[in-house]
Amino acid sequence: MSDVLSSTVPVITMTGVGISSLRDDQRVVVDGVHWEIRPGDFWLVAGLQGSGKTDLLMTLAGLMPPVSGEYRLFGEAMPIYDEVRSDARIRLGLVFEGGQLLNHLSVEENISLPLRYHRNLSHEEAQPEVFRLLQMLDLHEFAASPPSALGRNWQKRAGLARALALKPEILLLDNPIVGLDLRHTRWWMATLSALSHGHPWLGGRGVTLVVTAADPRLWGGMARQFAVLKDRRFAVLNSWGEVEAQGEELVREAIEEPSPEGGKN
Amino acid sequence: MQKGMATTLETPRGRGLAGMRLPESPTRAAGQLFFRALFTLQGLGAFALITLAVMLRKSGTAGKVIRPAIIAEIYRAGVRLLPMFLFVALGLGLVVIGQSVSWLTRVGAIEYLGSIMVLVVVRELGPLIAALLVLARVGTAHVVELGTARALGEVEALEALGIDPMHYIVVPRVVGMSVSVFALTIYLIAGALLSGWLWAFVQDVALTPGDYFRQLAGALGVIDFTLLAFKTLAFGFVIAVVTCYQGLAQPLRIEEVSGATVRAVAQSVAGCIGIDALVIILYLAA
Repeated sequence: MSDVLSSTVPVITMTGVGISSLRDDQRVVVDGVHWEIRPGDFWLVAGLQGSGKTDLLMTLAGLMPPVSGEYRLFGEAMPIYDEVRSDARIRLGLVFEGGQLLNHLSVEENISLPLRYHRNLSHEEAQPEVFRLLQMLDLHEFAASPPSALGRNWQKRAGLARALALKPEILLLDNPIVGLDLRHTRWWMATLSALSHGHPWLGGRGVTLVVTAADPRLWGGMARQFAVLKDRRFAVLNSWGEVEAQGEELVREAIEEPSPEGGKN
Repeated sequence: MQKGMATTLETPRGRGLAGMRLPESPTRAAGQLFFRALFTLQGLGAFALITLAVMLRKSGTAGKVIRPAIIAEIYRAGVRLLPMFLFVALGLGLVVIGQSVSWLTRVGAIEYLGSIMVLVVVRELGPLIAALLVLARVGTAHVVELGTARALGEVEALEALGIDPMHYIVVPRVVGMSVSVFALTIYLIAGALLSGWLWAFVQDVALTPGDYFRQLAGALGVIDFTLLAFKTLAFGFVIAVVTCYQGLAQPLRIEEVSGATVRAVAQSVAGCIGIDALVIILYLAA
């Protein structure tokens, strides 16, 4: 395990953070977030559509500044736009809900881009590592394809490969299993579990995971920490037992209503 | 683009002024137009300065990614347009010579044919036509590509990977387009001057190639070469900055991309004409 994962110092600390909408930075979608993420955590952030899950992840990734409060990533105040702190920033990976691959590049070029940019590698020099990632995530047959030629299932997987290219210590995943078929959902669950417990790609070390989902039930047996977003509030629920015992309306809604991620469990 | 940077560069266009009701008076309309132009100029100026700063500060960063991107842009905005430019050069020579020869013969001033070619083709039409063709063929495509990429969240994806969109997206386009407009203008001018003599020959003008090129050489000065280089590089820079700004600097929705393209064309043309006017002043002052 790396130093960061063997320590108990929080890797992410939010103190009274207010988060605005990515589409409208004048609109606060979540307020007063007090949150600590420790190395090795596996967080599930549940919330209905429009509750601010994506905005929370964008703020965590440093793409948006908090509108209030203080956010620290590896001890650095965020957002960290300046060059000198970009090293801290790339220790965190983000997987977008739709993959958000660059359409003018092939799948392989998408995955190699962060490697090539941050290590100043030519296409050929980045090939061995990219090939390993493609093999590991079963993406090799799509290597030369443009992202638009891939189905949603595979685009998301390519997005994960790109986020893993720099071997991040924290991985943020926005609704990773929404819209996937059963086979791909199982693959994601197994892969995230392996990433959390120690993955060969990361030299056997585990990665700190923050996953958002509308339906928390699918993650009950996997995530170790839980949080709920509702009505601009962010509530930390430390275990699945606590989630089930909660009288929170959101949790009741999620458990009782048909799941938007593929039906009830 | 970083969120903070994008916010700084956003103008009230589209949010406040453009969405207002019809003006109550012509004065009010003129005032709105003036302030809208001022805000656009401010946004473009800031974007251009940030681009220059990134070019200088990150000149040694990720060279193995940025250099191929610049070469690809030169190929796209320059090499691929060469056949079209040679065709336009042929036409430009015909237009200028066709109009000039009959008048110069009538007044007995055919020895000024070379000077007219330099004045019209080298100083004015050559650079301007090259810039407008590159704007039409490549600049508009930039806005559509970048606007779509922005609308689809690809810019945020780059930021999430720790890649500065100004460095990865804007710098190759600015460098590539500046070099391309410069190079294509040279080809266009050379082609037009050559075709000019051909058309003169076809019209039975008693002008040997030696005399024609002596006239050209006599009319060309160091200042022509200096200002030509400045003007064409500036045209390429302006077109690239305006098209990237319209595509990237403001959050767009897919349906807003066409409007951004139209704005980019109008602002690029205005920018090029502004530079042209500045160069004319420099000619007159020299």
